Amino acid sequence: MSTWDWQVFCKDTIEGEIQPGCFGKGGDITYLDWLLSAWGWTLSVSLLALLLALVLGALIGIFRTTPSKTLVAIGNVWTELFRNIPLLVQVVLWYHVLPALIPPLKSLPSFVLVVFALGFFTSARIAEQVRAGIQSLPKGQRYAGLAMGLTLPQTYRYVLLPVAFRVVIPPLTSESMGIIKNSAVAFAVSVSELTMFAMQAQEETSRGIEVYLAVTALYFVSAIVVNRIAIFIEHKVQVPGMAGGH
Amino acid sequence: MKKTLLALAAVLATASVMAQPTDTLKKIKDSGSVTMGVRESSGALSYTLGDGKYVGYHVEICQKVLADVQKQLGLAKLDVKYQPVTSQNRIPLVQNGTVDIECGSTTNNAARQKDVAFAVTTFVEEVRIAVKANSGITNINQLNGKNVATTTGTTSVQTLRKHERATGVDFKEVFGKDHADSFLLLESGRADAFVMDGAILAGNIAKAKNPADFKLVGEVLSVEPIAIMIRKDDPAFKTAVDDSIKAMMKSGDIAKLWSKWFEQPIPPSNTKVGMPANDNTKAAWATPNDKPMEDYAKK
Repeated sequence: MSTWDWQVFCKDTIEGEIQPGCFGKGGDITYLDWLLSAWGWTLSVSLLALLLALVLGALIGIFRTTPSKTLVAIGNVWTELFRNIPLLVQVVLWYHVLPALIPPLKSLPSFVLVVFALGFFTSARIAEQVRAGIQSLPKGQRYAGLAMGLTLPQTYRYVLLPVAFRVVIPPLTSESMGIIKNSAVAFAVSVSELTMFAMQAQEETSRGIEVYLAVTALYFVSAIVVNRIAIFIEHKVQVPGMAGGH
Repeated sequence: MKKTLLALAAVLATASVMAQPTDTLKKIKDSGSVTMGVRESSGALSYTLGDGKYVGYHVEICQKVLADVQKQLGLAKLDVKYQPVTSQNRIPLVQNGTVDIECGSTTNNAARQKDVAFAVTTFVEEVRIAVKANSGITNINQLNGKNVATTTGTTSVQTLRKHERATGVDFKEVFGKDHADSFLLLESGRADAFVMDGAILAGNIAKAKNPADFKLVGEVLSVEPIAIMIRKDDPAFKTAVDDSIKAMMKSGDIAKLWSKWFEQPIPPSNTKVGMPANDNTKAAWATPNDKPMEDYAKK
């Protein structure tokens, strides 16, 4: 193989000239500027989708453990629908098929659609983990809560969920790291995130190995930061002697 | 310690021998086989029919070139292996020797000439604009503020960017993940135009439900010589390939091949691409050359 050429990131994206200082000036951008902006898109898609997935996933997971048959049915349908269709297919459905059926969706930017697609897909997986977390608690806890005169929502709020959420932090950590990697599907619907940058920049610069290495490093750094934050939270909230504690 | 150093030196020496320019003709002669790099789906230039069968304008040119090479080497039998490549891996695969001759749709440009060599240009691609026939759009300036589709990982993305910079026209770019996806953006109305290589546009329009709904408009945005790719620093092989292609250009065989793949019905669906050779391509046949894309832009 030929030698490394890391200068490629200092080239501007119009003429391919190396810019002093590596950042573009006056509206021009270098590949480094573009790489950083692509990283921003990757993080935005991932974090918004993660937020959506956590809220919906927790809700649906709770639904599936309630005594209400309707709520359990809604939770089951939701989970099976979103986890049994490949992610890329879901993204394409959101982008090409749903707007054809529901015209107002056409005006939404593809960024929003991909956040929905990725968020709903991940929410099904999180719902399953939250359900498993709640069901891992002894049944007696629920009965004890209800016997003390707490309503069902109060039993969840003060008895079940505080333990269940601590139990599911480790699988949720994997899920949060996974969503960053899964956000690569956003390239399919014209969001200029890291994967799209990699495909395009390697074509323009002919320095595919450098470009892919840089993008790989950014994915790795993003995922590891999420991992560290999750471990920090895990330690912060742990209660000695309680399930999920050490 | 000394032994380790010696061993290290020996390894380094072997490595540097391996890094020497390879003699592809010798390799073909010694092994009795050659590997052709082909594309799964590069319009009529190079595509698969399934079952490991590859056809197209460039594939057929390469088959003729390899037949000439076989004759030149006096081989009784030459085993041609087909190796599908992508835009991402084609250059590394040619460099490391996996592929001996790449017959796809590779643009000859100055950056790539640092890594690989190109045979004489067999096709000059023109980047064009496809729009819906009833859109009323006839030139690129009418696309100001409109959604313009193109495909991720192609030079057209850069062409659009340069055009925006030079003329101050503001496109809203939408990127399809592949050509079929970009065409769907145009078809479904998410994009008002699809900017891409003319051959690819013509191919997609030919395959559309109703080809009359679409047309190519406006000026040529960029000109790109497309050529067969071989390893760098292998003059004997380059001469052999070039001579074979030049003979086809001189005899008019290449124009017949063009007509076969771009003007007649082609497998698998027996539809026509319907694209006569453009003037730049004819000029490249008349005066064979391996000039990179940058030389075309200067004119």
